[in-house]
Amino acid sequence: MTREEITTTAANTPLRALFKKYPYTENFFAAARIDVLDDDMTALELIRTVPDAYLADYGYTRAGFLAQIAEFIAETENHPETPVRGIASLTILGGRDKSGNQEETEITIRRGEIISIVGPTGSGKSRLLEDIESLAQRDTPTNRQILVEGKEPDDDLRYHLENRLVAQLTQNMNFVMDVSAEEFIRLHAESRGVPEAEIADLCERILSCANALAGEQFTAQTALTQLSGGQSRALMIADTALLSESPVILIDEIENAGIDKKKALELLSDNGKIILMATHDPVLALSGNGRIVIENGGIRKFIPASAEERALLGVLSALDETMSRLKNRIRAGEVLGEEVRELFPQPSKIRTKEEF
Amino acid sequence: MKLITVSGPPSSGKTAVILQVAAHFRTAGKSIGAIKFDCLSSCDDELYERNQIPVKTGISGNLCPDHFFITNIENGLRWGKKHGFDVLFSESAGLCNRCSPHIKGICAVCVIDCLSGINTPKKIGPMLKFADYIAVTKGDIVSQAEREVFYAGIRRVNPKATVTFVNGITGQGSFKLAKFLAETPDTDTLEEKYLRFSMPSALCSYCAGQTRIGERYEMGSVRKMAFDDETGGGDAK
Repeated sequence: MTREEITTTAANTPLRALFKKYPYTENFFAAARIDVLDDDMTALELIRTVPDAYLADYGYTRAGFLAQIAEFIAETENHPETPVRGIASLTILGGRDKSGNQEETEITIRRGEIISIVGPTGSGKSRLLEDIESLAQRDTPTNRQILVEGKEPDDDLRYHLENRLVAQLTQNMNFVMDVSAEEFIRLHAESRGVPEAEIADLCERILSCANALAGEQFTAQTALTQLSGGQSRALMIADTALLSESPVILIDEIENAGIDKKKALELLSDNGKIILMATHDPVLALSGNGRIVIENGGIRKFIPASAEERALLGVLSALDETMSRLKNRIRAGEVLGEEVRELFPQPSKIRTKEEF
Repeated sequence: MKLITVSGPPSSGKTAVILQVAAHFRTAGKSIGAIKFDCLSSCDDELYERNQIPVKTGISGNLCPDHFFITNIENGLRWGKKHGFDVLFSESAGLCNRCSPHIKGICAVCVIDCLSGINTPKKIGPMLKFADYIAVTKGDIVSQAEREVFYAGIRRVNPKATVTFVNGITGQGSFKLAKFLAETPDTDTLEEKYLRFSMPSALCSYCAGQTRIGERYEMGSVRKMAFDDETGGGDAK
């Protein structure tokens, strides 16, 4: 259809049929608070009943209002919001660091894999993420190139993935909406265009996953503002795993989030995501498939996962679990005693208060 | 010289976004200037100066800030040309959300932050609706789901603009914006150009300094809300 045809159709189709075919057009009337009392009317007939001064308050002229609906239909139909397709792999080809030194790297991350990013604050983690987010093609300050499934992404793919490639999960995130957990999931699902019939089931799955991660249970009716830090993080992770369509997830330091972090990573990688994780937690860093070391704005090296390091995971996890148990005892109001020394492999190295 | 109008609600991160973008321009060897339009006071000039960006601040005082903007921007453009800037940013806060400083043929950026609530894209109107590029800030401190809901809300109001998330603190996302702005054409003059959206026609006794309350003090363009479902225009229809 040409733009003129769309304009004519939009103006002259009875609203009931228009809303059925292009559901998003209904919002134009709602946003300008024009009540649709009779949906046998066409948009043109309805808009003729609205006073000029009223439309002017919303920044419209009569023709402009109809033209904007037509334009929106044209934009949306020309670039349909097709679901983001899964991506089998991303490859980072090295560029240069802040001093102009060449990065000798080629790192490929596959679906379901977890790669950690380590390095001090300000070392260039954000730049690396932006390169991935924007599918850099030697056109960003780092001069890096990102390949999708081993190939240079064409314009169609770049457009398809725009703003939808990367989902983020960070420790600083908060809920700002004042709604219940269920309403929140529903809003997210609606913005994604999930069919109404599937929403209830999806809500249930997300909530049960979140509850499995959080420890402390909450219900569909719990207000977001009443969730604890751990519950909030758990809900964000479950929602990102099951409802966000982005094939790549960036996780920023969730180790102190009060959730079962190993289970959280499993949930994300089981759902076919490519995971990049900024972390300094030894257990998390060693659980992944390798780590990128960032320094001076560049990738200094890539350390692939090794059998030697993996073999240490048992010891590190045990330490972690011991610490969690101690945290729980503190939380329960207990007093710790000498027995704590026995929990650690080399108690003699732990100095007493007097020795300090 | 390129002129870029940047608008957005107060505290949405306009200055932070401009400074991040300016850093990219600076790296490319371009010189930058800025004009900050504000209502009562502004401290942002210090931020610009700390970043070695020459800045002029205009305080509208008891004038409507948008009218103040449009009657001063032509001289601002001359000031920028005299200083030989490659890029001149005009920054103004939309306060009542009724107006927008965007001019036809001049690149228009709207900065809006995720913390402001999911209905904000609908509420801020022409500033967002008529922008070419929408920079969404503070996306790193709300949940991914809210980012996506917010993004969908923006798309609904303005399907044509390029929309990206820009982190005003780390600069993540700012390169893409800088690249977009680098492609806008130069502006020589604003004479005869048009605003993208008309400014309000209101001119009542209170605009002129009246402070007393009561119908006998209300003069000029006055409109009454309907409270008894029978009369009036205003908010109700």
